[in-house]
Amino acid sequence: MTALRILQPGPQTSVQDRGRIGFQAFGVPVCGVLDAVALRLANALVGNPATAAALEMRLSGPSFIAEGGAVRIALAGATARIDVSHDGETRAFPGWRAIEVPEGASVRIGALGGSGCAILAIAGGIMTPLVMGSRSTDLKGRFGGIEGRALAAGDEVPIDASDLSGPCLELPRPPASVFSATLRVVMGPQAEAFTEAGRETFLSSPYRVSREADRMGMRLEGPALGFVKSADIVSDGIATGSIQVPGSGLPIMLLADHQTIGGYAKIATVISADLPAAGRLLPGAEIRFAAVSVAEAEQARRELESEMARLIASLVPVREGARVDMDALWRANLVSGVVSALETE
Amino acid sequence: MENAGANKTGEGGKRAIGTLCRFLPVGDTAFAVEFGNAISPDINALVHRAAALLATAPPEGLVETVPTFRSLLVHYDPCRTSAQALQAAIAELDLGETGVVTPPRTWRLPVLYGGDAGPDLDEVARATGLSTAEVVALHAGTTYRVYVQGFLPGFAYLGDLPARLDLPRLTTPRVRVPPGSVAIAQRMTGVYPIESPGGWRLIGNTPIRFFDPASAPPTLFAPGDGVRFVPVEAIEHERIRAAVTRGEYAPECEATP
Repeated sequence: MTALRILQPGPQTSVQDRGRIGFQAFGVPVCGVLDAVALRLANALVGNPATAAALEMRLSGPSFIAEGGAVRIALAGATARIDVSHDGETRAFPGWRAIEVPEGASVRIGALGGSGCAILAIAGGIMTPLVMGSRSTDLKGRFGGIEGRALAAGDEVPIDASDLSGPCLELPRPPASVFSATLRVVMGPQAEAFTEAGRETFLSSPYRVSREADRMGMRLEGPALGFVKSADIVSDGIATGSIQVPGSGLPIMLLADHQTIGGYAKIATVISADLPAAGRLLPGAEIRFAAVSVAEAEQARRELESEMARLIASLVPVREGARVDMDALWRANLVSGVVSALETE
Repeated sequence: MENAGANKTGEGGKRAIGTLCRFLPVGDTAFAVEFGNAISPDINALVHRAAALLATAPPEGLVETVPTFRSLLVHYDPCRTSAQALQAAIAELDLGETGVVTPPRTWRLPVLYGGDAGPDLDEVARATGLSTAEVVALHAGTTYRVYVQGFLPGFAYLGDLPARLDLPRLTTPRVRVPPGSVAIAQRMTGVYPIESPGGWRLIGNTPIRFFDPASAPPTLFAPGDGVRFVPVEAIEHERIRAAVTRGEYAPECEATP
């Protein structure tokens, strides 16, 4: 069986797919990737269906060895240097393209740029068991993925056998990973629990992502919001992107691993088209919120789906000749050769 | 939309959901169908009845529903429908008779009260002016109803706790509550199914497991189930715990005649 043998797991690398749908009524969180756009594109780059499970990494990537066969991988969602070492030679690759990894080769993914998280898809998909219809790791519930936890050194991540005969694909123009500082929200369901001044403050003030930020949610720092009576409500359902405000008046943006229900007033919900951007945020990032209508939010989501389809249609075989292999240039001493060519002019 | 409450009947003797609820926006992939603001068996019955109706005949674009005390969160796919279209379809649904029904079955859960298993029991007794024996008798002498599952996988909000045990949550939540902890807060009781942070007062422990990701459904309880707690001694608690670990213990459950 083909597998990735984990050498170093990185800060938090876990098996995730589109999430666990249909079990929130039992208190089971959805989980799934923080950046659904990255998952969609990474899977497309290696020829996987959108439902395939992949590795989500945060801040920095893992290193691993391909065992039992060659694998084809693609990183999406962030920039990172990907070193593939085989037979004593190391080649560096960027993200947003498929990479052939021979059996026995080791892969090292460095620090992520432009996002707090990235997705590594592997052709064939990760074949950890389906739990309630999903392979996503529920870190809090401790099930799904590899033993319900983030990867650890020594883990074997099983990969489904896959036909690797086609060309490796790349995305010619990756989506800009620069984070837009404004997240669109639909106000509610408990916007009326806040004073008018509180609602205005929420929509007009910058908030900073605090260090208390994980897959469950991000605590925000900024002006506190005032309540008409209190932060407490009779517990009701939570959607990914819900912004709940406990008694401190400071908002918490709830993400993939959020609880299914909660007893704090929710002033607004980040629209689904902007959730990938929310998931990419790092502590210290400054954000603002802008209110849109439900219909505008639905339209934004449909446009995001069209944009993803357009990007996937734009995938082309990697143009090896056009790519500058810096390591090869250094080895051949051609870099200094270029300099001396200039000197002769 | 006016919040119509739980007891009105729509035109023509029908009880269309639209006449009983208001819809609240929850982004562009969900909305709440809110039947009221209170925790009451009547309102909760409307929520679960609506969830059952939607499960039987899911409208186009419905993804899943999450019943809570007084509202149903409806998740939908905005690429297959819209909030407007889905709300219009749901508003038409006829809830029919939704009186509070007797729980179809009642679970009997063994509990070791007090001591290390229930570190807050003495404080609960002090705060309520009761003896610990009286607290246990009140807690174990009530048949609770499963209002809602959530917060944690397999956590069930059970009510109503007798009014004499009504205490606020702890001001400082515990960082780690052991699994199986039987806890109370305000008019609710429940059992922490896995280790987790928690602010409820811990009065006992049960060795029963409430959540198994490999089972279908994954939780022991279903909405509307009855639950009773049965005091046991430490030796019996340990015997049951060992049997549960071996997979040789099924909690008692009696069907309502």
